[in-house]
Amino acid sequence: MLLIRCPWCGMDRPEIEFRHAGAAHITRPGPPDRVSDEEWAAFLYLRDNPKGRVAERWRHVHGCGRFFNAVRDTVTDVFVVTYRAGEPRPPESAPPETLPPETRP
Amino acid sequence: MTAFRSPAGGRIDRSKPIRFTFDGRQMHGHAGDTLASALLANGVHLVGRSFKYHRPRGIVSAGAEEPNALVTIDRGGGRETPNLRATQVELHEGLVARSQNRFPGLRFDIGGINNAFSRFLGAGFYYKTFMGPRALGGTKLWARLFEPAIRRAAGLGRAPAGPDPDCYANRFAHCEVLVIGGGEAGLAEALRRSEDPACRVILCDEQAEFGGWMLVEAPERADEMVEALSARPNVTLLPRSQAFGAYAQNFVAIAQQLADPLALSDPELPRERLWQVRAGEVVLASGAIERPLVFPDNDRPGILLAGAAETYLRRYGVLPGRKIAILTACDTAYGAAFALQDAGAEIVAIAETRTAQGASEIAARAVARGIPVLPGMTIVGTTGHLRVSGVQLGRIRPDGAAEPSGGFTADTVLMSGGWTPSIHLFSQTKGKLRWEEGLGAYLPATPAPGQTIRVIGAAAGEMPPEMRSPAIGALPAPGSPDKVKAFVDFQNDVTARDLRLATREGFRAIEHVKRYTTTGMATDQGKTSNLNALGIIAAETGRSVPEIGLTTFRAPYTPVTFGLFAGQARGDLFDPVRRTPMHDWAERNGAVFEDVGAWKRAHYFLPRRPVDAAASGHAAMHEAVQAECRKVREAVGLFDASTLGKIEVVGPDAAEFLERAYVNPVRSLAVGRCRYALLLNEAGFIIDDGIIARLAEDRFHVTTTTSGAARVFGMFEDYLQTEWPDLKVWQTSVTEHWAVMAVQGPRARDIIADLVEGIDLSNAAFPHMAVREGRIAGMPCRLFRVSFTGELGYEINVPAGLALPLWERLAERAAEFGGGPYGTEAMHVLRAEKGHIIVGQDTDGTMTPDDMGLGWAIGKKKPDFIGKRGLMRPDLVAPGRKQLVGLVAEDRSRVLEEGAQIVPDSLAPAGTHALGHVTSAYFSAALGHGIALAVVEDGRNRVGQVLHIPMERETIAVRVVEPVFLDPEGTRLHG
Repeated sequence: MLLIRCPWCGMDRPEIEFRHAGAAHITRPGPPDRVSDEEWAAFLYLRDNPKGRVAERWRHVHGCGRFFNAVRDTVTDVFVVTYRAGEPRPPESAPPETLPPETRP
Repeated sequence: MTAFRSPAGGRIDRSKPIRFTFDGRQMHGHAGDTLASALLANGVHLVGRSFKYHRPRGIVSAGAEEPNALVTIDRGGGRETPNLRATQVELHEGLVARSQNRFPGLRFDIGGINNAFSRFLGAGFYYKTFMGPRALGGTKLWARLFEPAIRRAAGLGRAPAGPDPDCYANRFAHCEVLVIGGGEAGLAEALRRSEDPACRVILCDEQAEFGGWMLVEAPERADEMVEALSARPNVTLLPRSQAFGAYAQNFVAIAQQLADPLALSDPELPRERLWQVRAGEVVLASGAIERPLVFPDNDRPGILLAGAAETYLRRYGVLPGRKIAILTACDTAYGAAFALQDAGAEIVAIAETRTAQGASEIAARAVARGIPVLPGMTIVGTTGHLRVSGVQLGRIRPDGAAEPSGGFTADTVLMSGGWTPSIHLFSQTKGKLRWEEGLGAYLPATPAPGQTIRVIGAAAGEMPPEMRSPAIGALPAPGSPDKVKAFVDFQNDVTARDLRLATREGFRAIEHVKRYTTTGMATDQGKTSNLNALGIIAAETGRSVPEIGLTTFRAPYTPVTFGLFAGQARGDLFDPVRRTPMHDWAERNGAVFEDVGAWKRAHYFLPRRPVDAAASGHAAMHEAVQAECRKVREAVGLFDASTLGKIEVVGPDAAEFLERAYVNPVRSLAVGRCRYALLLNEAGFIIDDGIIARLAEDRFHVTTTTSGAARVFGMFEDYLQTEWPDLKVWQTSVTEHWAVMAVQGPRARDIIADLVEGIDLSNAAFPHMAVREGRIAGMPCRLFRVSFTGELGYEINVPAGLALPLWERLAERAAEFGGGPYGTEAMHVLRAEKGHIIVGQDTDGTMTPDDMGLGWAIGKKKPDFIGKRGLMRPDLVAPGRKQLVGLVAEDRSRVLEEGAQIVPDSLAPAGTHALGHVTSAYFSAALGHGIALAVVEDGRNRVGQVLHIPMERETIAVRVVEPVFLDPEGTRLHG
């Protein structure tokens, strides 16, 4: 069982307290009459499925109940970092290959 | 004293004799014995029949790795556990053990005929034959007749048939250091780490006693170390506790035996406990397992590992035999030989597979003791049926073949192929391994990211020189190697020949060879066989072992009971049932319940329980439902709607939030009014419906469907927290807070009027779709004037804890007026008569408000709401979508089948595109005929048309009608 750090509670808690809630940093486009069909289809259905680090939404549903974001590595299952909803993805959590060589972990 | 018990020595308590039975035969052992050691003390080697060939098998090892000695332990009262390793079963008074996979008995077993047909049962037997040979009737006959017989003949013990009478416990634990394995390395590590009193140490070991090999060699030292650890409050010692699974971030699952070893059968006490340990650091001190040697007929009872024989002698005071031959590729076998000789056994010879070993110091010591050492020799065959009686030796030639070279009689053969570090748990955590040629084994290399795991002692390859041997694979045999049975995997009956055959048939990767031959796939997971299998495949394919790859180690290390995983989550606690405050009343009054999510809801009421089962069937239900419907339409009905989801939404932006969430206009809703509301997903499809009631400017009482309550609440939370965090809104689930009683029917007002205080119930003051707060029968209530039946109706919300007395009073009054309770089935009929949809029954996740004829609910002027953009998608505005309609069969007495497909023509051939399907169908008591709701392409334009429903034996003609069957003007509603 994984430990996940809730950025609201500031604690590592077992994964059974949490619920996955889909990809993070997806903005709901609007207002409706200015959104093209393609844009709306992309919002509804198109998601990346990369090998490596992904930003995901999680909810501490059996804890504080709050949503937050997490960068998780789909290869190792390691939670690289968690941060509160609304905050930008921390730069150090970017996929290693996109970082300049001297800063790669 | 039993025949093979040494007069002194070992850890057993000779002053405490223990009686037990094996296959009904009464025997004696001592406290401290395992079943295996006690059987050996009684001279019993034959303990089971092998999986496939039913060959007689004996005890091979002295520990968790045992492949052969699987037994069923019967503790009485349905407490029967199959497939336990006799080497791990602690002896206790009255233990009842049985051998397995034999019929009619262990000594004579009909299944033994398989051995004669073994050339047809080789590698890939299942794949080759379960296809169903045409000559034997093809796959069908094969599957019905032959396969079940074959499967019955191949196998292990039988699973008990009844429910498990025992209970199981679970514990979460945290520590700084978890040491797995209580041998010398583990004990020393636990002692060292626990010197710091702030460092919590848990030490677990699968055996009853800590000490591991020290219990053989230096038991006093083990006792001292355990005593020192016991004195430390920061140390938790878990004996009889198998760490069976290691997972991410230092999480380890441990199965602790509690009741079985002590013969306790108190149903209140747990039989086993699952420990879920999160450790700061995991230290793996799991030791090493001795490898068998692969030579012809190496599986006869009486052939066992040298280390096991030494353990039985020195730890349990048991001589495994009197005339012992030894075959070894490892120096540790000499220690066993010397100890057994000292205990009075005759060592007839030590055959050394290593040619150069003849001149070694330890061989010289053997020779000095009068034990012949025969270097460069192997065993090329053994004799004996139920017990080994002799060995034939063969000289290993420089070209790798063997030529027969005499033999010995022997009642016991010991073998040692070297020691394999137990790295299973390290590998389970995805740690990287490296091949160590000198050990013929893999060793832990790098832990996986996020793991703090350290491997120490023999498990890390830290072994004295005498334990180190690179020998893996099969030994040479004279003549054709395919003519002999040299077993690699004893438990799954896989021979060296099977592995060679698999490679000849083209299987190269170990994962494929493993699945094809089943080597290493038995319950022992190949603890004694995997490396020999790798060695054979490497030799056969001319590659190195690392090139072949290694199979994955998976939990559990040894088999674990289902009960351990289930823990308390069984019976009533498996999936807890939700009951309304009126449940017991309903039960007393003949309710037949149905499951709606976790809820029990009264489906219909059978006030006079029918005596015979037949009468409680469909006819009785139909009669009850019709009567309930009539009561509602003619007098008054009482319905328990407590399971409806209820959410209290408050805050200055509560109206704005609901306006954005639901399709309906909400900001314009006046205080004291309600609105039927539809909730969509962003794709534009209906996912829930309910009532929004405005109690104050900033306070709403929102209802959801019973099954959608948690989902809707979670969805609202998501939007509030992440999409519209600027809104000042707080929502609370109040589903369990309010009990809801729907009072429906022309006499509804009459039965509640004099109970209600502070609310004017007149039509003018309290019209349809109004809400008021007041008191009823002295308790606070939220009173809704709403109707799902089309009748004058109220929904009374009172605090759940106070509800039952009010319900009982209302039920009495309803009866006085000729009414009574009604269940969910009548509710469904009544709402269908009015064309009200049930989300999830009449909708299926692809329906829009317009599809359901509910386009009117959408606030057309709203700039946005959840699903608004979705509703604008081309497919959702295209003509010809399925729409909700009513159906009446031309034969009006018919009740259609829900889910039935609808086609235009009566003679439509199979495969015709269906226009839609029936979503709801009932017999309407009020109308006296069957009615149905359906979704049909372009349905509203088809009203008046006759369509057809093809069924298995007939085609039913139906007429499309408006979905509102009763009182379309709504006059009854406004009573």
